[in-house]
Amino acid sequence: MDPVLVLAHCDETGATLSKGSLEAVTAGKELAERLDATIIIGVIGGDSWCAAKSVAFTGARILAVSGKAFAQPRFASDAAACEALCRAAQPAIVLAPHSSRFARVMAAVAHRVGGCIDTHIAAIDGTEDVKATRWFYRQRMEAVLTRTSRPWFLLLDPGTHAPYAGKTGDVQAEPVAVELPSIRTTVAGTRSPEQGGAGTIRPEAKLLFVAGAGWTKKQPDGELHTAEAGELILQFLRGSGASLGSSKSLVDQGSEGNGVLPFLSHLNQVGQTGSTPRHPKGLSTCCHGEEPHVVGWRFIGERRAISLDPNCGWTRGKADVVYVADAFQVISRLNALLG
Amino acid sequence: MPNSFHIVVCAGIVPDPLQTLEPVSGPNGPAIKNEMLLPAVLDPWAASALYEAAHLAANHPCSKVWLVSLGPKGKLQQLMMSVAQKASFELVPLDGPAGGFVDADATAAALADAIHAIAGLDPSKLLIFGGWESAARGAGVTLQLVGERLGIADQFQGVDRIEVREDGSFEVLERVEGGIHQVSICAGAPAVLGWATGSLPEPRNNPQIGMANMRTIMPALQRAKAAAVASTDVHYISVSLPGQQRTTRVVKGMTPDEIARELVEWIGAR
Repeated sequence: MDPVLVLAHCDETGATLSKGSLEAVTAGKELAERLDATIIIGVIGGDSWCAAKSVAFTGARILAVSGKAFAQPRFASDAAACEALCRAAQPAIVLAPHSSRFARVMAAVAHRVGGCIDTHIAAIDGTEDVKATRWFYRQRMEAVLTRTSRPWFLLLDPGTHAPYAGKTGDVQAEPVAVELPSIRTTVAGTRSPEQGGAGTIRPEAKLLFVAGAGWTKKQPDGELHTAEAGELILQFLRGSGASLGSSKSLVDQGSEGNGVLPFLSHLNQVGQTGSTPRHPKGLSTCCHGEEPHVVGWRFIGERRAISLDPNCGWTRGKADVVYVADAFQVISRLNALLG
Repeated sequence: MPNSFHIVVCAGIVPDPLQTLEPVSGPNGPAIKNEMLLPAVLDPWAASALYEAAHLAANHPCSKVWLVSLGPKGKLQQLMMSVAQKASFELVPLDGPAGGFVDADATAAALADAIHAIAGLDPSKLLIFGGWESAARGAGVTLQLVGERLGIADQFQGVDRIEVREDGSFEVLERVEGGIHQVSICAGAPAVLGWATGSLPEPRNNPQIGMANMRTIMPALQRAKAAAVASTDVHYISVSLPGQQRTTRVVKGMTPDEIARELVEWIGAR
């Protein structure tokens, strides 16, 4: 059996492996054991030698691409680095985290080495054939598939495996030379969207708070209370530490120039055209509509909702608890209790 | 002409997100039940790319937008009745299957060939736009493979904004982990940009734009070539709907204070 190659990259510090990469290492070790194959770990980053220390005792052969050119994520340099690692390792299976850095390049790398690729992998199974599980139609359908072409690249969704946590130590990583193409893109850094203190979806938060369009609709007194809604939501986020998600309809109202919750952007969207977060708990407020929200909530653990509509289609069978109540009043009391 | 672009938008068609989907086994592998009867929409993130392309072209004189789309010819024609009213473009249709189980590599090859064959396309001004992931396969690989096949070495995914500078270079904001953007400066075209939602709202229907577009869309649809996108490499072992159904407790009659106390306990804040 040709080896299993795990491609890993450094996090923003440049000297330690990203969490997703360590998850891929765990998956790689499990798969290599099942297939009775050797495991190779290829590390890319500004200081790959230092980062590779965290996988020193995996029993894997370690390959490293290191240097300033690889410190920041960029298509041209990352694709060249991954290609060089694949050519050095000659793997049958390539596992890598589905991070923004690797998702940007890995299909191109697979094409360059004559392989095939599947992304957003949720599980890997099989002992003789490798079977990969992934979602289709935005988490509405789950498929198990296999391929005959090799190398087969599999990008693993975050959170599907435990991060590898072995002892650290000095490691004899083999340097791999990379022939860089001409570089036309420079990375200037990162920028946080202007969010007025609300923030976007933060995967590390224990709770996802989803605001729906009902917050900006006329209330029982016949008036709009958008400013009050904004203040209540922000206060709740500060008090609970929750991550803020939103329905598409609410975000779209903002981008169409209507005076709505100013701290929401498309980065807050969950559902069909937004993200599908994996928080342990989720609390939705003033949300309506079925399928888009079901998609957005597919991987939320415990789900509760506050809605004035006891017959709202999306909550039945999807949420654990639905409070039929006015979200303005409930969140206001909640904020008082949260201090 | 300074800073003019030839923007090619790759966009597929997907079932309307509000439709209930059910997988079935077909002669060529898995498919969606009654797929041809389901109402279709332009892939949502690719639609964002089209609106951003039209906006960019409108702000840079002598720029032009092409929309390359692979799908059943009849569905494409139906869809163009509404999409053509949103933005000015020239359609390059490819007649073939569209759906989540169609092979991405073969699709990319067909799209790249179609782009390569566009008359008058200047590679030095070329920007390939599309959605960073489709609402069907959702793999985020097709556009990347198109770029690779066309030899474009500057690619960006999860793009929310592009800002062109006077020298032709442009700043790109790409979504990365943690709800932030990576800021990159690219020296200029050619480049591939896989769009997330972008920053523009959906344009209102404009019948005048629609009429102008349809003059070229209908002949293009009649000339649409069949694209072979079958794959023998992949084997689907199973395709199923998630079975999880929760027992929902509907709580009526609790006061806001009682609900708040229960929620505080549930959140674990106290």
